[in-house]
Amino acid sequence: MPDKMSTRKINSYQKQKNKQEMQKMVVSFALMIFFTIVAFALVILEVPSTYVIPLLLILAFVQVGFQFFYFMHLKDKGHEVPSQIIYGGVFVTFLVALTFTAITWW
Amino acid sequence: MSHDHSIDPKNMPKDPSKATTEGKYKFMGLWIFLGGETVLFACLFGTYLALKDSAAGGPTTQELYGMGLVFLMTILLLTSSLTSVYAIYHMKNNDFKKMQLWMGITALLGIGFLACEIYEFAHYIHEFGFTFRSSAFGSAFYTLVGFHGGHVVFGLSWIIALMVRNSKRGLNLYNAPKYNTFALYWHFIDVVWVFIFTVVYLMGMVS
Repeated sequence: MPDKMSTRKINSYQKQKNKQEMQKMVVSFALMIFFTIVAFALVILEVPSTYVIPLLLILAFVQVGFQFFYFMHLKDKGHEVPSQIIYGGVFVTFLVALTFTAITWW
Repeated sequence: MSHDHSIDPKNMPKDPSKATTEGKYKFMGLWIFLGGETVLFACLFGTYLALKDSAAGGPTTQELYGMGLVFLMTILLLTSSLTSVYAIYHMKNNDFKKMQLWMGITALLGIGFLACEIYEFAHYIHEFGFTFRSSAFGSAFYTLVGFHGGHVVFGLSWIIALMVRNSKRGLNLYNAPKYNTFALYWHFIDVVWVFIFTVVYLMGMVS
């Protein structure tokens, strides 16, 4: 009997943990919706393009950060290798974007 | 399946999708795949950035893009990302029915997104005569956005096949990794879309 009790306790502890995790997810979702609305609002309000393009890119990176670290759990333990893979991918993305914009600059 | 993959609810693993060696490999394999996908989309984005102003006298980005539809598509896909998180949450609590329900909602939202995209492309072709062959801009646009749409189609087929195949099996340690890898893939589709709505649509409307 005491053994059964203790496993049930672990389960309820895990359930509680899962619930807390889910609450964080809902908060990140709300933030992502907020960033999306801000991004569209910047374009509707016709903020000058010198400011608006860097701002849009920052908003996109922050939103993608939430997607990767929270929704895809990159912040959690055991995600060291996946993180390195994605950082590598992001690095290549920078290089490619830089290369292709540079060769058509003039 | 030589091992017993059934889940003992009294001794539920913390993450059923990574409780077996096979599950761990599937998880790592999908991340390696996503690394490759990142590079693939990087090249398509680079090409688009280089060619977006080469409209060859055809419609330009400002004439073409509409704010409302893109916003709707963004909300649909972002919400479907959250609903798949809900599905994985129920998986961790060993609630198969709720997991299937939330995965079903995810698929419906994905279908909604796809319908909007098909409408958008049809609108461009019929109203503007803007096709894949119109200009370098047309080719780059349809390749990038169409490739993303193709990923949505693949993801939808994936989740529908999983839901149908496992509907009578219930959740076990054999199919839990399959649902989890789908969820990761689906989040990645949203990641790509965030850059598409920013770099293609929003930046195309301002400059």
